[in-house]
Amino acid sequence: MNFTKRTYWLFLLPALLALLLVLIIPFVQGIYFSFTQYDGFHVNEFVGLDNYKRLFTDDQFVYSLWFTAGFSIASVIGINVIGLSLALLVTQKLGKISTVFRTVYFMPNLIGGIILGFIWQFIFLKAFTGIADWTGLEIFRGWLSNTETGFWGLVILFVWQMSGYIMVIYISFLNNVPQELMEAATIDGANSWQSFWKVKFPLIAPAFTVSLFLTLSNAFKVYDQNMALTAGGPFGSTEMVTMNIYNTAFKVQEMGYAQAKAIIFLIIITFISVIQLYFTRRRETEL
Amino acid sequence: MKNKLRLHKYSMVLIGFLVSLIWIYPFYLVVTNSFKTKADIFNSTLGLPKIPTMENYSTAFIELDFIHSFLNSFLVTAGSILIIVIFTSMAGYALSRNPGKTSSGIYFLFAVCMLIPFQSIMIPLVSLFGAMDMLNRTGLSIMYLGLGSSLAVFLYVGAMKGIPRALDEAAIIDGCNRLQVYWYIILPMLKPTTVTVIVLNAIWFWNDYLLPSLVINKEGMYTIPLKTFYFFGEYSTQWHLALAALVIAIIPIIILYVFLQKYIINGISDGAVK
Repeated sequence: MNFTKRTYWLFLLPALLALLLVLIIPFVQGIYFSFTQYDGFHVNEFVGLDNYKRLFTDDQFVYSLWFTAGFSIASVIGINVIGLSLALLVTQKLGKISTVFRTVYFMPNLIGGIILGFIWQFIFLKAFTGIADWTGLEIFRGWLSNTETGFWGLVILFVWQMSGYIMVIYISFLNNVPQELMEAATIDGANSWQSFWKVKFPLIAPAFTVSLFLTLSNAFKVYDQNMALTAGGPFGSTEMVTMNIYNTAFKVQEMGYAQAKAIIFLIIITFISVIQLYFTRRRETEL
Repeated sequence: MKNKLRLHKYSMVLIGFLVSLIWIYPFYLVVTNSFKTKADIFNSTLGLPKIPTMENYSTAFIELDFIHSFLNSFLVTAGSILIIVIFTSMAGYALSRNPGKTSSGIYFLFAVCMLIPFQSIMIPLVSLFGAMDMLNRTGLSIMYLGLGSSLAVFLYVGAMKGIPRALDEAAIIDGCNRLQVYWYIILPMLKPTTVTVIVLNAIWFWNDYLLPSLVINKEGMYTIPLKTFYFFGEYSTQWHLALAALVIAIIPIIILYVFLQKYIINGISDGAVK
């Protein structure tokens, strides 16, 4: 018994209209704006590919792309290594305490990027100086005052935040590994190292698809943390690509040019996602 | 063998405990310093407050206009979640019960839109809503409905597969109309997915900064993240006030987390795995 035509559309309409209004129409408009000189209210001129040509000579934009790529690679590695380690730790039979651990590691994810960024700004600026005074270790001095410490500051913040999130995903896959399999491996004489790499690891392969995909695209899209921790400084040297788009659009008011950057950003994100899905899916079936 | 196992367990607990300390330490520093005077923070950041003061809190509470910011955040989050849950579960119900080209086409549209990053549509989105005079809290909720509908529809369609068709057919024969079937039978059965949708979206909407900063430009309408941001800009050299403000902004979330911890973590893993 199917719906009548009228009820079918009535049920679909609100969600579909919102999708149309918020994503599809702006998406199509966005492609058009990227070929124009647009000030937010009127399209002044159709400029063809000019906005896109200009991108290649925009040093700050190219720099922000590389900076974001570096940040994403460092974060993805850090988050997945620590996230998986934490997941392995809390899935050992430790009793009730593992719930406490899990709760603590996950906590940063409930708090917004703006607030987390400010918390870490305090840690890097004030607490780190305190640690330097106390221990005499100069490495804790001057954080966020140059590109290098700004970069690692952002990575530390993001890894600290996202590891607990990715841990939750790994846990749900680890819990699905049949207990008998692990026991059989032990009986066959496998040590814990072997049973991890040879039995557990291949079984949780789908978790890597999900986790890598999530962390990579989240890292590329970071804005709030960047805004609150370094605000792109010093001198735009920690400005990530999303902030570059934002500044071009809402500070410099070059909306058409900013939209061309946004389209490039969209292409990069889509490209990463597709490649990633392709490779991880293929590896899963091979294993 | 048994001793070795026990040693293994204790060393694991110890490692877990040490990592927990690292995870909590930033919060610990923020909380302890929020009770210090400006001079005290400057002199000893790592130590405990010499004479704990509550003054930072009363100042920050007023300067944050906390009651208003809290209500604004609550209205936007609750309102957006309500319309997302109702409208996307209805859509999921309709799509999964009417297989065919139209439904798979629409489903595909929802799924593909999941790949569009927000920043690539934010400029036209803001102009479009500006032209409709919708740059306010209502407009913000509609934007969240559109942006969140992809994943929610996807999750609901998945969950509908587990609800037998015979159930709604029996109800229709008994005289229910579609809306009644949806409201009294389908929606209650979708509850686990609804919890996931609520958790994922609540964390997002409550904490979001970028979109509200583009949409809401009236002082009295600011949400907590917006207000925190402007407050911080004004008081960035006055850590004693800024830290108290951060703690105030975090407290509601931590309280909720303590009570709903299980639902939140399960919701996250269900949302990511499906």
